Amino acid sequence: MSTQTETLADWKLPCQRKLGMFTLIAAESALFAIFVVAYLFYMGKNLNGPYPSEVLHFPWLGSIALFSSSATIWLAERCLHSGNKPGFGLWWGFTIALGAYFIYFTADEWRHLIFEKDLTIATNLFGTTFYSLVGLHAFHVIVGLCLLTGVLVADLRGRLHKDHTPHVEAISYYWHFVDCIWIVVLTVVYIISVRIPQ
Amino acid sequence: MVRAVRSLFPQWSVPAFFAMALSFVPGAAWAADPAPTPTPQVHKIADMFQPLSKPAELILEPSHLVLLISLAIFLVVVGVLVYVLFKFRPHGPADLLVEPPQIYGSYNIEMAWTVIPCLIVFVLILVTTRSIVEIQDAKIEEDALTIRLVGHQWWWEIHYPELGIVTANEIHVPVSERNGKRRQTHIILESADVIHSFWVPQLAGKTDLVPNRVNHTWIEPFKTGIFLGNCAEYCGTQHANMLLRVIVQEPEDFEKWVANQKQPPAEPRAELAVQGRKDFYALACINCHMVNGTMAEGVFGPDLTKFAVRQTLGAGVAPNTPEHLRKWLHDPDHYKEGSYMPDMKLSPAQLDSLVAYLETLK
Amino acid sequence: MAQEIAIDANYRMPEPVRVGEETGSSTAWIQNLIFTVDHKKLGLMYIGAALLFFAIAGVLAALMRIQLAFPDNRFLSPDVFNESFTMHGTTMVFLVGMPLAFGFANYLVPLMIGARDMAFPRLNAFGFWVFFFSGLFLYFSYFGAPGLYAAGSAPDVGWFAYSPLTMKAFSRGHSTDYWTLSLMLGGIASIATAVNILVTIVCMRCPGMTLGRMPIFVWCMLVLAFLVILAVPCLSACQIMITLDRYIGAKFFDTQAGGDAVLWQHFFWIFGHPEVYILVMPAFAITSEIIPVFSRKPIFGYPMMVAAVVAIAFLSLGVWAHHMFCVGMISLANAFFVTSTLLIAIPTGLKIFNWLATLYGGKLRYELPLVFCLGFLFQFLVSGLTGVMLAVAPFDWQLSDSYFVVAHFHYVLIGGLLFTIFGGIYYWFPKAFGKMPDHKLGMWHFWLFAIGFNLTFMPQHFLGFLGMPRRIYTYQSDRGWDELNLISTIGVLFQAVGILFFAYNLLYSWFRGRKAGDDPWDAWTLEWATTSPPADYNFSKTPVVKSRRPLWDAKHPDDPDWAHE
Ligand code: HEA
Ligand code: HEA
Ligand code: HEC
Ligand code: CUA
Ligand SMILES: [Cu+2]
Repeated sequence: MSTQTETLADWKLPCQRKLGMFTLIAAESALFAIFVVAYLFYMGKNLNGPYPSEVLHFPWLGSIALFSSSATIWLAERCLHSGNKPGFGLWWGFTIALGAYFIYFTADEWRHLIFEKDLTIATNLFGTTFYSLVGLHAFHVIVGLCLLTGVLVADLRGRLHKDHTPHVEAISYYWHFVDCIWIVVLTVVYIISVRIPQ
Repeated sequence: MVRAVRSLFPQWSVPAFFAMALSFVPGAAWAADPAPTPTPQVHKIADMFQPLSKPAELILEPSHLVLLISLAIFLVVVGVLVYVLFKFRPHGPADLLVEPPQIYGSYNIEMAWTVIPCLIVFVLILVTTRSIVEIQDAKIEEDALTIRLVGHQWWWEIHYPELGIVTANEIHVPVSERNGKRRQTHIILESADVIHSFWVPQLAGKTDLVPNRVNHTWIEPFKTGIFLGNCAEYCGTQHANMLLRVIVQEPEDFEKWVANQKQPPAEPRAELAVQGRKDFYALACINCHMVNGTMAEGVFGPDLTKFAVRQTLGAGVAPNTPEHLRKWLHDPDHYKEGSYMPDMKLSPAQLDSLVAYLETLK
Repeated sequence: MAQEIAIDANYRMPEPVRVGEETGSSTAWIQNLIFTVDHKKLGLMYIGAALLFFAIAGVLAALMRIQLAFPDNRFLSPDVFNESFTMHGTTMVFLVGMPLAFGFANYLVPLMIGARDMAFPRLNAFGFWVFFFSGLFLYFSYFGAPGLYAAGSAPDVGWFAYSPLTMKAFSRGHSTDYWTLSLMLGGIASIATAVNILVTIVCMRCPGMTLGRMPIFVWCMLVLAFLVILAVPCLSACQIMITLDRYIGAKFFDTQAGGDAVLWQHFFWIFGHPEVYILVMPAFAITSEIIPVFSRKPIFGYPMMVAAVVAIAFLSLGVWAHHMFCVGMISLANAFFVTSTLLIAIPTGLKIFNWLATLYGGKLRYELPLVFCLGFLFQFLVSGLTGVMLAVAPFDWQLSDSYFVVAHFHYVLIGGLLFTIFGGIYYWFPKAFGKMPDHKLGMWHFWLFAIGFNLTFMPQHFLGFLGMPRRIYTYQSDRGWDELNLISTIGVLFQAVGILFFAYNLLYSWFRGRKAGDDPWDAWTLEWATTSPPADYNFSKTPVVKSRRPLWDAKHPDDPDWAHE
């Protein structure tokens, strides 16, 4: 390297908040990876039923809700950047509703599995890995909902400033991440494992 | 100490490691005793560099190689380091006023000391892989003796499935090379509770006994004697006293032992022993212990059918003598605190009779 | 002179955050300790807490060594012994090794990159207190674990807690729960701090501090943060699984229900192996700062040194099963892990050779920091070579879980990590407290500790060769292990006295030490450009750097570094 002249104007570094969120997402991915591996590893190793193929149904509605929430949050962000405040609130609220519906859907699925199919976390390896993986994801959705709600409340009270744009963006990254995890869970649990013969 | 050193010394690699180690622990004098080692019947010093069986012997080759390579690297690096520390030591305060020439690096030199280790590592990988395959994937002979070893907290259950023998804590095997014939021993490893590990250094490296899983290892001892080993995976309170001994015998002696093991124990004759058997039945002993041909059919504790033939009790914590046995029954915790053999609160009379009975189990 | 490096008046840095600060009252210091979000105070608090836990875990080790000094000794009961090594190992790894790394990173990274604080000061304080609480929680097990069942005390499952020993059936009472929950908390704290370190390094560098100009210390900390972020969540996942198993009957590791005991080992070591490189990272970091300064030369081959740590980090993610050669993996898997493990020797060797090359041709100053780093070079070499022996799987079938392994990892953890930590403490002590550490006391510390350490752990290699397994609370006298064990125990005495010298030296130098000045070692990185101890805001004006050794440029305007890089 030879002599370089740097002016301070050139000195741009990445946004802290976004990078912080990315590293957190990396850590969360590692956490999920272990649970996914555990699920795959124990697939087809149950000593007793019920088995995935008997009790699982593809969660169409929940998945559609969750995936479309990724789109609505993206729209909300666009409104934020273009200064469309009401639009932001609307799409953001939509996102929360969709996320909440997903949680409701999952809760209902669990109720069905626990009370009608007698599958609990202590029933067999499938129960153990299923509830822990899907539960971990649902837990993340709930955390995401809390964050989203916090932003909405701040917005409604008129406390959301320009300075908070990185916060909002970071939260939306988190939400997209939770969505991506659902793709993995969906594939592993509802597509692959229901096809594994017992 | 002297014995330990003596047992190490015929191997050239170990003194080499000593040299490497000691070159920076000045002052420790490790005198070598040149007197030849008499081979004791009991190989008490489980020195992995004195293997007396097949896989352990096969392990020596990669071990020696890596020890030698390490020694060479160690000597070179330490040599350079000592030279540098001496050569570039400060030569008085005036010397420190001027900074030495600033060298930022050299691509070629760095390449050299990247490539050379690459070559060494490559050789090590090849040798190791070959050795892994040779040992781990060795063919198990048709006529191999099969033993099923089941680990318990903290004792070993031993089955000879083909011979219908069940025993504990002491494995008898025939020596391999006799009359031009080889006799391999194939060991199947399982666990009843937590993970344990089979390790008799002079016979073979470790293989774990994992619950819900079946592992294998094999041995082909070429010398008779008693070999000591330990459970080598931490398995709870008494992991330390989960000792194992392998008794390698001439084929004839082994056959004799087998023949005896297959017999149910003789009826006790002496009055005390008869009383002992009554007590044995009356107390809870039979819930946990098996004595073939009697009503004692427990499987929680070691099989006692031929208990008196064994050399030790409690997985090697004490020699199997009437005195120790009496103490063991009186208070197992004295030898093995926390073991799952309960203190049965026996009266002295019960102790006497039980010892008398157990001594007849041969 | 130090302040004269290029400065731009227009560049405005955020003021450091202060919470609940108070002065005047006699208890103000404690309040400031609790409320502080200053990276320097938190760094020192990390180091202080780690040294405290080190003393406790060291005392546990000394108790174990007393028990093992003689065959058939009855000094400790088996339960107490098993609790001791579990608490010793867990403490040393999670409450000493990692916090030391975080402490050094906290104190030095902002100073070295010319920043005023960490990126997220409050998160930083959060990380410290959660870590500290997790440590207290772990030790509370001595009182809390007996619980209603009176069935247990401190955890006794070993620091890697192999299942199914941790399942309810084999570990009653709450001891294992204390272990699990404590590590879960510790994991959260570590991830928080690692995120903070990583973001600080990437986003807070002063103008001109490109990645290629960061001190190697900062590079190592970046890699450390990266490893923590990828590895520690695996540990947290493990802890979640055990907790589910123990509390609500999940079956992850329940072998009765088809669960697999080996799965735990995979999961644990996927974390556990990167963890050991997390532990050794500060050693690499500190050595790479000290050796150049005390041989008066720049680090030899900076780009390759950086490449080597990065390579080590990536390789370390793929070697975990070398801790599992004995569990009965297929030969192909064994061969794979032999290969990946041995590959690590190449970048590590490069580091050793480059340090040697840095010393070569220098004008060595045998000050305390350098002396400790030289001890590190010797001992790390030994431990690396014993590591290579362990990596040769057939040899490992003999050596695994024997005292040879104990010797191997104490050579890295003490001979490697701890020696450089001592060196680092002596090196930056003047910066943090404005006083010089006492040379003579430091030399006593060095020699006592070095002799004691080698006396303790060198014989353990031979104990391993003679078939002594680890984690045994007693042994019989006829196995040839007696004398070596006795020597090993005697060594601890030397170590303990050495540590006392260290503690005395710190106190003595703090109160009575010579005034240090801003730059006592005539060093080159930015932390020496500010006052000792640094002001709250670190730098009164934001530095601007043009090379890897900004202070060299300032001191040698005729021959600045940027002309050569
Ligand atoms: C700071 C921590 C640290 C570090 C840096 C290392 C470094 C290494 N370790 Fe170690 N290790 C531990 C901490 C560490 N280890 C711990 C705590 C355990 C036990 C855990 C437990 O069971 O409780 C363990 C256990 C352990 C095992 C498992 C043993 C067993 O239980 O069966 C193995 C096996 O492969 C191993 C290998 C290695 C290797 C190959 C390296 C390499 O990184 C070393 C590389 C360095 C060199 C090789 C020296 C310098 C190189 C040269 C001079 C170049 C030329 C050299 C060659 C070409 C060979 N280690
Ligand atoms: C950073 C890591 C680290 C460090 C520094 C140490 C330091 C020491 N270790 Fe440790 N050790 C481990 C990490 C470490 N260890 C790990 C991970 C294990 C595995 C655990 C397991 O198997 O689960 C282990 C296991 C282990 C064993 C094996 C136990 C067994 O398998 O049965 C032994 C036995 O000798 C031992 C000894 C020592 C000794 C003597 C020291 C000495 O260096 C300690 C020196 C310090 C002192 C002597 C304290 C001095 C303090 C004072 C003098 C101040 C006085 C203070 C008060 C009064 C409050 N250690
Ligand atoms: C709760 C089950 C249990 C009961 C009841 C019990 N034992 Fe045991 N016993 C064990 C276990 C477990 C061991 C193995 C202990 C060890 O080595 O850790 C053992 C070991 C022994 C041994 C040593 C065996 C050997 O090969 O080393 C003898 C002898 C013995 N028991 C005799 C008795 C007698 C006599 C009684 C009755 C008075 C009895 N046991 C009652 C469980 C039991
Ligand atoms: Cu069985 Cu250790
Ligand atoms: Cu490792």
